[in-house]
Amino acid sequence: MGGPDRPGHDDHNERREMLTMIVKRLAMAIPSLIGVVVVTFLLTRALPGDPAVYFAGPAATPQAIQQVRVNLGLDKPLIEQFGRYVVDLAHGNLGTSLTTGQPVATELRNRLPASAELTLLGLIVSIVIAVPLGIVAATKPNSLIDQACRVISTAGVSLPVFFTGLILVYVFYYLLGWAPAPLGRLDVFYTEPPHVTGFYLIDSLIAGDPGTFMASLKQLILPALTLAIFSLAPITRMTRASMLAVLSSDFVRTARASGLSAYTVIITYAFRNAMLPVITTLGMVFSFLLGANVLVEKVFAWPGIGSYAVEALLASDFAPVQGFVLTMAVMYVMLNLLIDILYGLIDPRVRLEA
Amino acid sequence: MTPAPALSVEGLSVEFRTRSGAVRALENVSFRVAKGETVALVGESGSGKSVTAYAVMGILDPAGRVTAGRAMLGDLDLLAATPKELANVRGRKIAMIFQNPRTALNPIRPVGRQIADVLICHGNVSRRAAPAQAVEMLRAVGITDPARRAKAYPFEMSGGMCQRVMIAIALAAKPTLLIADEPTTGLDVTTQAVIMDLINDLAKELGMATIFITHDLALAGQRSARIVVMHAGHVVENAPTADLFANPRHPYTAELIAATPDSAASLDELAAIAGSLPDLRRADLPPCRYSERCPRKIAACAQPLPLAAPDAAHFVACWNPLPAQVVVAPTVSAA
Repeated sequence: MGGPDRPGHDDHNERREMLTMIVKRLAMAIPSLIGVVVVTFLLTRALPGDPAVYFAGPAATPQAIQQVRVNLGLDKPLIEQFGRYVVDLAHGNLGTSLTTGQPVATELRNRLPASAELTLLGLIVSIVIAVPLGIVAATKPNSLIDQACRVISTAGVSLPVFFTGLILVYVFYYLLGWAPAPLGRLDVFYTEPPHVTGFYLIDSLIAGDPGTFMASLKQLILPALTLAIFSLAPITRMTRASMLAVLSSDFVRTARASGLSAYTVIITYAFRNAMLPVITTLGMVFSFLLGANVLVEKVFAWPGIGSYAVEALLASDFAPVQGFVLTMAVMYVMLNLLIDILYGLIDPRVRLEA
Repeated sequence: MTPAPALSVEGLSVEFRTRSGAVRALENVSFRVAKGETVALVGESGSGKSVTAYAVMGILDPAGRVTAGRAMLGDLDLLAATPKELANVRGRKIAMIFQNPRTALNPIRPVGRQIADVLICHGNVSRRAAPAQAVEMLRAVGITDPARRAKAYPFEMSGGMCQRVMIAIALAAKPTLLIADEPTTGLDVTTQAVIMDLINDLAKELGMATIFITHDLALAGQRSARIVVMHAGHVVENAPTADLFANPRHPYTAELIAATPDSAASLDELAAIAGSLPDLRRADLPPCRYSERCPRKIAACAQPLPLAAPDAAHFVACWNPLPAQVVVAPTVSAA
């Protein structure tokens, strides 16, 4: 018997392998986070526009502008400004927005659930449609469903989100009147549910308030659908391609030859193996969605972190932009960690590499 | 030959649709496997050995289509069976083991569970008892410390062990016919012999008929009672092993035997067969697909090939075969 021979490991061993992997991946994330802090700081400083001029107002004298600049600490050398920024960060202080006067950390914390609820719902809708569609398309090549799958893949990638968003609003709000006005998370007649998770759907259920649940769901449907349509294409395509590859592999042939049921062959044997590339795609799609969010939030007046960042960017307001980019970076890192963990759960070979 | 064969393949033809036209991969393939008998399908790569097996198992690639023929397993024609009838037979009455055991096993499922899946599926074992039964199967195929190995994944095992697991999966439901498709390809030589012995022993123990697919004529000679020689999708010769070696009648078989290292005294004597397999997409394929490589070609070769009764003891698909001889005592033993 050649090669390393590591026969059957027990559950305890498996859990330790997973834990080692998670710790290692977390440690690997630290350098990228440091990089993000440096880059966001430099990028926001490199933006055109002088915040001191902007905030001193149009009628300000050069002296007043200078005064604002000193107050903001913008007269200091770049390296000193960076030092302060890092010290503040270490204390959990992301600075204060110059336009709203609110601490950035507080605003992000208040607005993040709105974005997260929207993005997650969009992703879930998309997965629920795309994954079964991809599986059926792969098991019945050239069938009607396979053709539909191809149309969706092509249409989905060629429609920009703001366009689908506007079309949906036009049809379902303006023409048909089925959807409520695209103005934020909740109709004015409802009050927001008591804050537990920040997700209105979950919070309203916790509060036992079906009226608010339905109202917030109605607001969510169109923007979530916009995001779902956007992400449908890559997920369907990847599921189909990955399933096709696995279905023609040797071990699926073995499973068929040993007379296992179609369900066992397709789901337990083929799909579980085909899931790995699909999960990678999901991670990528989720990060695209975070970006697409900025536009969708604008179209639907959604009070999320995307619209917050856009407004701050237009006002040359450094702190919120830095805070936004940092939040996104942390989310990407967490997301990748989550994907690695899922990989490890599905594929025993990944656990070993760690 | 026993009156009721375990499997009787009659006139099987298979076609593959490709971008560059239809490939007539099998044409009028017929052979029988008696109960408990080991029959070898021998031929070079692309001769249609595996396609024959896949067609019988109903696991042809979607591009492949059975255009004619029957494959009788008892009273059931496998080629005309409904999916439900096939599901009832596959893995339960006919099982198959494949080449490259490492890739033929599910890479992310512990091997014990893969065996248990088959046990549960064929209903002879309850879900709860299956894992223990799977461990017993591993023990039966000679894996040491089976309880621990049952939890291992294929990548944690050697190729030989993976093939033992494959055998355990195939034999889980105690089939009456086993198809072994180059079961020793990709294994080292010492493991090859051990795996072949294991298959032989288990087949004997279960009274199972075996179709052994190989390109290695010498190995087929050691392991089978009857050899079916295939060339370019045709059965060219079908004879009891000893008879075939002593008295090969098809020119291709004769050249194959001459090209077998065992029979040549030195490398210089080792013959190569001239030419290569014809392109099966050609519209103008001659009736005998070997005729273009054949040293004994005559005018009659342009006629359709001679058909033989499926139970003929020594069948040869040739208009100008080598002369029949009186069979002398064979030196090659039939397993």
